[in-house]
Amino acid sequence: MSWEQLFSFMQNEILIVLAILILMMADIFTGKEKKHYIIHLANFLFVVVFLAGLNVLDKEGTLFGGSFKTYPLVAFFKSTLMAGVLLIMLQSVTWIKKELIPHGFVSEFYILMWSSLLGLFYMISSGDFLMFYLGLELSAMPVAGLAAFEFYRRRSSEAAIKMVMLAAVSSAIMLFGISLIYATSGSIYFDQIQMASEVPLLELVGFVMLLSGIAFKISLVPFHFWTADVYEGAPTVISNYLSVISKAAAVYILMILLFITLRRYEETWTVALYILAVLTMFVGNLFALRQQNMKRFLAFSSVAQAGFILLGVIGGNVLGIKTVIYFLLIYIFSNVAAFGVVHMIAMHSGKENIKDYEGLYRTNPRLSLLLMLALFSLAGIPPVAGFFGKFFLYSTAASKGFYILVFIAVVNVTISLYYYLLPVRAAFLRRSENPIPHFKSDIYSKIGFIILALGLILIGIYSPLYEYIARLSEIL
Amino acid sequence: MIEGVSIQMILTFTTLLFFIGLYGFVTRTNLIGMLMSVELMLNSEAINFVAINMYLFPGKLEGGMFSLFILALAAAETALALAIILQVYKRTGSVDVKEVKELKY
Repeated sequence: MSWEQLFSFMQNEILIVLAILILMMADIFTGKEKKHYIIHLANFLFVVVFLAGLNVLDKEGTLFGGSFKTYPLVAFFKSTLMAGVLLIMLQSVTWIKKELIPHGFVSEFYILMWSSLLGLFYMISSGDFLMFYLGLELSAMPVAGLAAFEFYRRRSSEAAIKMVMLAAVSSAIMLFGISLIYATSGSIYFDQIQMASEVPLLELVGFVMLLSGIAFKISLVPFHFWTADVYEGAPTVISNYLSVISKAAAVYILMILLFITLRRYEETWTVALYILAVLTMFVGNLFALRQQNMKRFLAFSSVAQAGFILLGVIGGNVLGIKTVIYFLLIYIFSNVAAFGVVHMIAMHSGKENIKDYEGLYRTNPRLSLLLMLALFSLAGIPPVAGFFGKFFLYSTAASKGFYILVFIAVVNVTISLYYYLLPVRAAFLRRSENPIPHFKSDIYSKIGFIILALGLILIGIYSPLYEYIARLSEIL
Repeated sequence: MIEGVSIQMILTFTTLLFFIGLYGFVTRTNLIGMLMSVELMLNSEAINFVAINMYLFPGKLEGGMFSLFILALAAAETALALAIILQVYKRTGSVDVKEVKELKY
């Protein structure tokens, strides 16, 4: 390992740490009245980090004796995650100006969010369980702090306490699983665990505990109880981050662990994922049906989407990897857009219920169009990107012969179509005595919304992107 | 290695410790008590790693290193959780988990 290798392979992480340090220094040297300059600085810094990250897309190598790995697919995925975080940051400007600047916190928000992203980066490019565990904790802890950020609201601290307690206990369960896998295989490196062990039953217990720890992060069904409460209580920006970025990264590392490290348990984890997928889709969709609050509604919809993602993971081959990565890219765009619209409306009018959206089209036509695009994409209606993502996921599951699972998924899509159309119907078809008044978004959110709308339409149509992902996915 | 103590005994002990922690987490209603139960679980894993390293793979250091990191992260986790518990105490006036019930269904 030379310095050049360190700087080229770990460039994303090093640049994020640098950006965090710059922001800390800037926070010290800006006076209380000039805190809003930090917003511009932070957005600029992150754009620089994102653009520089495109530079490492073709690097391949390992660092620290195999603890840290980089290859084109993981570099591409990191860029995707950074794009998602950038879009969330663009939406959060209004919230920061309104809620955080009066209390004097600005840079803390960015520092915590970037630290969490840093943890996710270390987690997805880890080559051993130690790095994996450290990255997981580094990604979970700052988010719990962020969930408690509106400290003058009771719901915010309630969401944070639920999240931090359950995250701690789930990571403890996962860690016990890792210790059992270490006991049977004698190594914490992913490459060396692949060999068959002499005590398969003990390792199976370890595998189940490890799976439940990751399933907590993805919020698969028996482990999903924190999701709705945390998403509703936390600031919407943080719910957005949790539902998109940390979920996507956890799905990625789940695929790496299952496909490469625990390959010899393929029969076992196929059954486990099958059951989890069916449960997750049904429970997520049926609970989403009865929600009135938009944030809770999107929380259960993201639980259901996790079930659909498992359809691709269950494939267990290169086809599975490429369809899941492609779907995650689309999912990031659609969910960030949906949460963004909900966030903007809650920010300007304080309303979060589906009923309040009646007549939205007459007062805020562009925002309601974006809401429609995002919800159509989540539901998988053809012209928008979500349809293609879902279609590829089904074809992955079908290629392995899970026709009943695909049938169950199609039934669930039908259920989900009903509730995804509820807000759209409220916004477009209903009239209301006192609709949400017209408001102007700030320039940052406007840029973000335009990128999201373009992305939602273009990602599905622009096929070279899918071919690019397909080329990168040949890692097995 | 300790004379007269086998790896099975140590693993039984840590498993018991882990499940006592899990039981405590589920049954306690005091947030501080729940946090202590999580600490119990994390400590059982730290012992697990050290014992496995000592008894089964004495040539390497991976397990010992892992347990060091577990201790550090457990401390960080406790600090964060205590800060949030303080926040909950300010909002609700108690550290009882039954008071944290505004968000449900």
